[in-house]
Amino acid sequence: MTVVFFFGIVAVFFYGSIVWTGYMSLTRSTLMPNYNFVGFDQYIKLFTNHRWLVSCLNMVIFGVLYIVGTLAFGTLLAVFADRRIRAESLFRTIFLYPLAVSLIVTGLSWRWVLDPVNGLQGLVRGMGWENFTFDWLTDPDRAIYTLVIAGIWHSAGLIMVIILAGLRGVDEDLWKAIRMEGIPLWRAYLQVIFPGMRPVVASCVVLLMSDVIRGYDLVIAMTKGGPGIATEMPAKFAVDYYFARVNLGLASAASIAMLVLSLLLLAPYFYSEFRRRT
Amino acid sequence: MSSVSIRKIRKSFAGLTVLDSVDMEIAPGEFIVILGPSGCGKSTLLNVIAGLDDCESGQIVIDAVDVSGLEPSQRGLAMVFQSYALFPAMTVRRNLSFGMEVAGTPKPTIVQKVDWVAKLLQIEALLDRKPGQLSGGQRQRVAIGRALVRSSSICLFDEPLSNLDAKLRAETRVELKQLHETLKSTMIYVTHDQIEAMTMADRVAVMHKGRVEQFAPPQSIYEKPASLFVAGFVGSPAMNLLEGSLDGAGRFLVGQRSIGSSAYPFEDPSTAGEAVLGIRCEDIDVVEPGSPDSIPAKLAFTELLGADALGWFDCLGKRMSVRLGVDAARSMRKEVGLRFDMAKASFFSASTERRL
Repeated sequence: MTVVFFFGIVAVFFYGSIVWTGYMSLTRSTLMPNYNFVGFDQYIKLFTNHRWLVSCLNMVIFGVLYIVGTLAFGTLLAVFADRRIRAESLFRTIFLYPLAVSLIVTGLSWRWVLDPVNGLQGLVRGMGWENFTFDWLTDPDRAIYTLVIAGIWHSAGLIMVIILAGLRGVDEDLWKAIRMEGIPLWRAYLQVIFPGMRPVVASCVVLLMSDVIRGYDLVIAMTKGGPGIATEMPAKFAVDYYFARVNLGLASAASIAMLVLSLLLLAPYFYSEFRRRT
Repeated sequence: MSSVSIRKIRKSFAGLTVLDSVDMEIAPGEFIVILGPSGCGKSTLLNVIAGLDDCESGQIVIDAVDVSGLEPSQRGLAMVFQSYALFPAMTVRRNLSFGMEVAGTPKPTIVQKVDWVAKLLQIEALLDRKPGQLSGGQRQRVAIGRALVRSSSICLFDEPLSNLDAKLRAETRVELKQLHETLKSTMIYVTHDQIEAMTMADRVAVMHKGRVEQFAPPQSIYEKPASLFVAGFVGSPAMNLLEGSLDGAGRFLVGQRSIGSSAYPFEDPSTAGEAVLGIRCEDIDVVEPGSPDSIPAKLAFTELLGADALGWFDCLGKRMSVRLGVDAARSMRKEVGLRFDMAKASFFSASTERRL
């Protein structure tokens, strides 16, 4: 009974909403739903919309740098922790802390740090280096990278913990074999240990990908999509068109486009997982 | 071929002595099995020899060179592990070649060696597979192959067969023995399986609580165990043990009975005092009850083992095993006498537990 109840909730509120959004994306709805079917008009509008295309490009830039950067940085931290450094649990806690903070807070903090007048640039200039310039936050060509920096800072701890759990699961005999063969540490990690941890790394990538696709709060807190539309993201695009620009049809089309994109990105993962089981 | 000399190796961990002054001299080309129950320190000893574990004091000398301070890879050893420890994301070929690649061996030499080992171990068909696609036995072959391509004159084995099923274990055992005869390298092999020790070893070192109890050829370990522990650990069924006392005049007293012990080759025939008599199941004859020099016994049950049988008798307050022919076991009467072959028996001091 309870099971049916919960399945009902899931069916109505998740899948029902998806279906309804899909339907809306095929109509000319504006503020209120309107059931006039117009085919793929909204999608055509969407993919000729300059702001949407910039959002998508931004997502790709942010996504690649964020995923690669977080993985690299988190993995590096995990390797250091795995080498049994002193006060490991202290460092683990420190690096995991950003995750406990909401992305809004992360974004705000970094906005303050990177603010050209009051932040890092102002501080260094105040110490006498008058020509020091670090104004990426307000530079339309570079603002996207500040999002990457804040995102990596936020998520590296989580990746560290997951990778560290994977490293701790490595068979001790394997390490002995590596020492017997005289394989240098960096080659051991890069060529033996990490390739053997593919499922762990894949899970990390999937986690980070979902961050990228739903990336909304960090943008809101740090740049609000600006300067101009330099740091717009698809999720922000959809929210803006739903509520600020009251264009339900176009916003729904954007949402469905994001759903399709996520499925396309996740499909290889689920496919390989499924294939391994059978 | 290299000689290995283990000198006064001592190691303790959290107040517990893991290795207690272990000494061993291993001649070039010998196949040595280190045998003992789990926790006796045998794997630790192997790791110390390999340099994977530190020891507090003592030396490992290989071919007259003290290697105690050297890294594992510099000691000229190869090692095979219980869990195989293959590099998971590499093909078999790369598993075999990776170590040489890292060491900067020229390409043609690598190819040549991989081919040689693949042929030797009959794993040519597996070269392009990954470890995940291999069975346990195949993985073990690859692990042995990876050790062999190092062309070390000493090969260490850490319970390499214990993850295999019984049939495969028996086959691999024979192959390893043949491999040793082909390669003639020095092999040090750790196991808790006494059949592996008996069948493969030139000499067996039986370890107990961090000490080497006895270091001798397998047959003399079986026939002349140096201590009570070895007597109880080696052999299946375990050696029959009887507590009693020696009177110093050729009799061994157990309760109200006595057994003539003059046939036993004592180091000092006048030894007297508390002692333990150990006798193997095949060194006991079943005779008519009341025959001279026999001890009355009662048959409890018999086990047929195919080729022969075991009779279990209640005798002198103990349950004792006697090896019987299958026909004899079938027609065994309830009340019999047992006669011990004292020339093949063992006596141990009850206090020091060493052989008398």
